[in-house]
Amino acid sequence: MTGQHSFRAPLLNADLAIPDGLTDGLGRPAGARYNVYRNNVAVSLAEALETGFPAIAKLIGPENFRMVAARYLRAAPPTSPLMMHYGAGFPEFLETVEPLAHLGYLPDVARLELALRRSFHAADHAPADPALLQGVDEDALMACRMTLAPSAHLLRSPWPIVSIWAFNMRPGSPKPQARPEDALILRAAFDPEPLVLPEGGTAFVTALIRGENFGSALTAAGVDFDVGAMLNLLFTHRAIAGISFKDTP
Amino acid sequence: MFDTDHEGLPATPGVGYKPQHFNDILKDAAPVGWLEIHAENYMGDGGRPLAQLRHLSERFPISVHGVGLSIGGEDPLDPDHLARLKHLVGWLNPASFSEHLAWSTHDSHFLNDLLPLPYTDTTLASVADHIDQVQEALGRQMLLENPSSYLAFTQSTMSETDFLRELARRTGCGLLLDVNNVFVSATNLGYSPIEYIDAYPLDRVKEIHLGGHDEDEDDHGAPLLIDSHGRAVVDPVWTLLDETLARTGARPLLIEWDTDVPDWATLRAETMRAQDALARVPA
Repeated sequence: MTGQHSFRAPLLNADLAIPDGLTDGLGRPAGARYNVYRNNVAVSLAEALETGFPAIAKLIGPENFRMVAARYLRAAPPTSPLMMHYGAGFPEFLETVEPLAHLGYLPDVARLELALRRSFHAADHAPADPALLQGVDEDALMACRMTLAPSAHLLRSPWPIVSIWAFNMRPGSPKPQARPEDALILRAAFDPEPLVLPEGGTAFVTALIRGENFGSALTAAGVDFDVGAMLNLLFTHRAIAGISFKDTP
Repeated sequence: MFDTDHEGLPATPGVGYKPQHFNDILKDAAPVGWLEIHAENYMGDGGRPLAQLRHLSERFPISVHGVGLSIGGEDPLDPDHLARLKHLVGWLNPASFSEHLAWSTHDSHFLNDLLPLPYTDTTLASVADHIDQVQEALGRQMLLENPSSYLAFTQSTMSETDFLRELARRTGCGLLLDVNNVFVSATNLGYSPIEYIDAYPLDRVKEIHLGGHDEDEDDHGAPLLIDSHGRAVVDPVWTLLDETLARTGARPLLIEWDTDVPDWATLRAETMRAQDALARVPA
């Protein structure tokens, strides 16, 4: 019997023998014909990873990427037919790849690419009208709650992840400087954009995501925080999906 | 049993849709007849893929072609995936839905390839049951596509064409005949492609696929063709298409080109060749 379990196991493990009961058209053992499936599986999954993590592929080079991808797809084959989600565990996997340990920023850059991909496929939303804030008194403003778009993602890092990503993906971008960068990914229309959050911005956005009101978010952001610039950034990227005032929850 | 309560695809050339061709497709002065999408690429929550699909569906008949349902799998169908498919087919209301006689998921692992199954009474019952579930969930007839084969199973007790005929009889499903797959399988397993076509339940065929393949060799130096969808359709497959159309009459013809995707003009040239083949079909 050639059950699907015995057909499947050697697909991702070249050490396992080719299953019995498979032949060519003349009844001879299938031999290398089985490798067509091995190859299809390995190549298609590696390509899916390379499509999802182009900056990582650039950073370590295509050959190294293919080697790492081959190890990952054996360790973590997809659990869903939606390849748009494949590689969710790739950043953590990169942390375990010894020869890449000297590139400490790699896992966080991979997390950034994952967040960009999630943002790309996230639900659409109708952006809130900034006019909602006009003429609102200070008490009402401080008490309001802003909901971010489903495509907005926040990612903290001790590495300059946005600069590294841009340097590799956007020709002409400046060389990354050694500094921590917290990324805010926003999708104004269809293309997610990774932005470096300014001082206080991470605390502010984190508070909004937690559902805290505007006043608490401002307090969290600290005294040097430029709230006007932050709101402008959020509104121009259509990243505020809703504003709810105290009296109209 | 499900009758065709949808209009179906027009008997014209269609193209496997690639996002990089979006603007070219809309600008084309002589638009292609219809478009086919891979269902799994349109199961995100939003963004550009769904926006493009909504836009295209207002101008073109759409064929939804699944690649991840694992209809030939020993495991039960994934209820989450079936629900996603139902959602997509529900809002899009496509002209056609099709899937493959193959499996891709086992023990919750998705292999991202169309894997083969032996043709036996057991697998027949299981695949028929899966097709019933899909047609029940979607509330419409589905089409099932013949695979590209690289090997055979000693377990098989019936031919692929008998297997497909019996599946269609039991479930009422239609068939998608991939002429390139016939050529690939026939070459790889040493039988006559036209005899396969003659044995195929042609009255069930509602769509025909055409694609390119790569050439390799097996351990004995025998030709081994790989269904890569990465190049132009070869002349012997066009000839086989002519012979097929002479038996079926005009059918919707799809050009599949999924890897090393060319520019729109190159794809369009392939559809012109398909148009010529349709023009040769006696009315």
